[in-house]
Amino acid sequence: MATGLVERPAAPPIGPPGGPPRRALSVGTLILLGTLAVWLLGRVVFANRFTLPLAQADLSPLHTNLNGFNDWVDANRNTNPLFLYFFNEIRQVVDATGTFFTHLISKTDVGLGIPQIGWLGTLILLTWVAFWLANGKMAVLTAVVFFFIGLQGLWPDAMDTLALVISAVLFALLVGIPLGIWAGTSDRFNKIVTPILDFMQILPSFAYLAPLALVFLIGPAAAIICTIIFAAPPAIRITAHGIRQVPATTREAVDSLGVGRGQRLRGVLLPMAKRTIVIGINQTIMAALSMVTIASLIGAPGLGLTVNQALQTLDVGTAFNGGLAIVLIAITLDRVSTAASLRAEIAARAGGHSRNVRWIVIGVGFVITVVAVLLSRTYLWAAQFPRATLPDVGTPISDAATSASDWLTTNLAGFTSGLKNGFTSAILNPFESLLTGTPFFIRGLVLVVLGAHPPPPPPPAGVVACLAIMVYLGVWQDAMSTLAATIVATIVVTMLGIVFGVWMGRSKTTDRILRPILDAGQTMPAFVYLVPFLALFGATRFTAIIAAVVYAAPASIKIIADGISQVSTNTVEAATSAGSTSWQLITKVQLPMSAKALALAVNQGLIYVLSMVVIGALVGAGGLGYDVVAGLSQRDLFGKGLAAGLTLVVMGIILDRITQAAARRSLGDSISPMIARKQQTPLG
Amino acid sequence: MSVLNSRVGRRIGAIAAAGALLVSAGCGGATVNGAGGSTPAAAGSSAASSGGSSGGSSAAGSAAASGSAPAACGSFNLAMNDWVSYTADAAVVSYVATNSLGCKVNQKALKEQIAWQGFPTGQIDVILENWGHDDLFKKYITDEKVAVDAGLTGNVGQIGWFVPPWLAAKYPDITDYNNLNKYADMFKTSESGDKGQLLDGDASFVSNDQALVKNLNLNYKVVNGGSETALIQSFRSAEKNKTPMIGYFYSPQWFLSEVKLVKVALPPYTKGCDAVPAKVACDYPEDKLNKIVSAKFANSGSPAAALVKKFNWTNDDQNLVAKYITADKMTPAAAAKKWVDANKAKVDAWLAK
Repeated sequence: MATGLVERPAAPPIGPPGGPPRRALSVGTLILLGTLAVWLLGRVVFANRFTLPLAQADLSPLHTNLNGFNDWVDANRNTNPLFLYFFNEIRQVVDATGTFFTHLISKTDVGLGIPQIGWLGTLILLTWVAFWLANGKMAVLTAVVFFFIGLQGLWPDAMDTLALVISAVLFALLVGIPLGIWAGTSDRFNKIVTPILDFMQILPSFAYLAPLALVFLIGPAAAIICTIIFAAPPAIRITAHGIRQVPATTREAVDSLGVGRGQRLRGVLLPMAKRTIVIGINQTIMAALSMVTIASLIGAPGLGLTVNQALQTLDVGTAFNGGLAIVLIAITLDRVSTAASLRAEIAARAGGHSRNVRWIVIGVGFVITVVAVLLSRTYLWAAQFPRATLPDVGTPISDAATSASDWLTTNLAGFTSGLKNGFTSAILNPFESLLTGTPFFIRGLVLVVLGAHPPPPPPPAGVVACLAIMVYLGVWQDAMSTLAATIVATIVVTMLGIVFGVWMGRSKTTDRILRPILDAGQTMPAFVYLVPFLALFGATRFTAIIAAVVYAAPASIKIIADGISQVSTNTVEAATSAGSTSWQLITKVQLPMSAKALALAVNQGLIYVLSMVVIGALVGAGGLGYDVVAGLSQRDLFGKGLAAGLTLVVMGIILDRITQAAARRSLGDSISPMIARKQQTPLG
Repeated sequence: MSVLNSRVGRRIGAIAAAGALLVSAGCGGATVNGAGGSTPAAAGSSAASSGGSSGGSSAAGSAAASGSAPAACGSFNLAMNDWVSYTADAAVVSYVATNSLGCKVNQKALKEQIAWQGFPTGQIDVILENWGHDDLFKKYITDEKVAVDAGLTGNVGQIGWFVPPWLAAKYPDITDYNNLNKYADMFKTSESGDKGQLLDGDASFVSNDQALVKNLNLNYKVVNGGSETALIQSFRSAEKNKTPMIGYFYSPQWFLSEVKLVKVALPPYTKGCDAVPAKVACDYPEDKLNKIVSAKFANSGSPAAALVKKFNWTNDDQNLVAKYITADKMTPAAAAKKWVDANKAKVDAWLAK
């Protein structure tokens, strides 16, 4: 270990992209091998000492102190100015907004509880908005999807969910876009805000659900704010990224004209960043939708609650029906907002004639929408979805899902338990024992070397500080066992990402078929598919790893597919005409040329896997996730749960920076953390 | 330049149109809701406009029927904790409160601890099935006095170690803890290493299992399944595939009517044997489940408060309603109606003055 540290400053700084990669690689490899040797030696010499264990119900003094937070809030809620003039004000505004949308499209408090705009009005209105923002195809998609959700028997729940998502997205953008602009124009603010955003995205929502409900009370405000915390970061990051990617030459040209800062922003930077900002909005919507099952734990009604209640009785069919509605809404909102971002450019190229037709259609659509809204306010059939008179597709869907799940669990059980046992004893157990059995200081040193070589960033001091925080937080051993499962899952995710990503990137048809399935993997509430997995693999770390892989692989696959498909056709054609086989084309041309996408896919796969740590703990993973869940449910363990959540954040930040450093090392140029997170929509 | 201007003009026009739409939604014309009768004036005007449609008139009819009950009750906030037997309690109490007392019940789906947090702020009035939670009891009832114990539900909870029925039939002596070490090898899994696996559930459950395994010198390792779902699915698979399994479970629980798990006898519970968590070497006590209500609600004089206080039924009653909901797939409200219709005497006793 000493060699690693002493040698580090002497190590030759990596050359510019054109430098001699072989030599840098060999020094790097030597250091890595040396580190690994020290690590293994430490594992043997110290065999399970200095591993900082802490039994399940034991607390460190820090954990006990954190427990005092609850009492403090209860005592100060009606007197402390922080509450009177800050939290309570926020709560009232957010509550009012949430209630407004709920009354508008879901239900009111009076009489039959019929919303201001009934189902017919809402359906036509959504369709009209989709046409206005995007195009006719998207309008048809919206109409079909929402009508289908009605047939599933889930209209009221879907509207509750939509009201929550709309309110949360509204606030997330209201706060996020200005902050993003600030972060895009000020380097200093960007530096400050990045770790805060990391924090908001990685800290498991289970760790802050109880405090949120304590500060903002039980009700729409707490649910909406918990969604905002998770959904605002993509808007901020991507807006900043959009502003930053405006070419320096353009900025200089504008500056030379002597315009003011405000004018430069409004006239040049914002219009040029518009498309990227719309991608940020899209990601914010996706992130908000992925929080609906979590929000239902603190009293938010809607599809998340439908899924959770069905799972109380292990009713996979009903849960799947609800989950499918969430997936459909997510896909619709995703496609509509993506089409909206493209429309600006297409519209600019289109002729005046088609623009006029478009505005006529919008005008006619508006009249139809007004009529539909008025109808839905007058007649009951247009106000409440007429489930009795229309065919019911919900029951067949849930029956089919139930029998599919039964068939799987009956016919595959023998094969799967062998697979699980083999994988666990051959790969997972040895690796976990290496991590948990090594003294904390050696393990820390490995991370420092990995993160620091070669310099510069991340500065080793930063990694050391992060490690010190991890030790202070007092759940070291749980952290190591979580780390082991995380790394194994990330490796599997990356392998899947390469195989399917290459396949999708090379074939448009495959892309079209696989993409909705990947979307489903990202937005389907995890427990819907975890019940059959529990039957097949039991409550084990293996099941938890599968859950993480199902959720994280789609992101990895999509990123690699995008990378492969962006390799220029000329290059591919040149290679093909030179007689390359498909295999050579993939390994020698397409993969190397999408190295940047590959590195990004590893980074994103890792962050996504980390965001499943809590879900994993619900199916047998133990570790940090279990501490976090226990903290939500048991008052005595609140502090420990929060500490575990913070440990997860710190670990996530270290791993994120290490993978980014590795990406930089292999590419010789920097990958912006903003791009790195562009597509992130973890489930929390 | 003029092209640009006209485009901007259209965009503004569209925004104005959207605004007009919202206004028309907010204050235009009659609303179907008016038929509910909560605002007499609105009811009159909407009856005139929607009288022609059969849908409108039937809505008015059904609302009038429920509106005939006495209005003294007002509304109360009922926590809906996330397990089925709780849902059964809540469904029956809500049904009776709504239909016999004319109350409005606001059901709020919440985790247990978060539900307790609602007492001081008045956001939760009633928790219908409380399992212990001494720490919360001390904070909210003893210290802050914002909630009170509203008596027992009549349901008795029993936590313990259980095995699937096929295992108990094949190895009859497995239900005595003294013999567990003999079978430890059988219970080995990928998670427990060279020891037998004892599967625990949700992190919120009260569990002495770590201490029990240690103090009874059992060659077992407690593995955290992490959720009730994981626990139930594991027992279900174990019975179906005839694989050995032992784990933490509890009654009353709807799953026991699907698979009759067999309890393993631990050293009998005596008062105080579980006083020191690390030294526990005895079985779990019987949990006499109780109801908790906010102090404000208890003193409000609402007939609903009296109903909650008197609400009391047996494990069989609760299991029956839970079965309606789980096995028969009835909605909680329909299950409650079915049970209430068949048990008039019990319900009348809850409503007696």
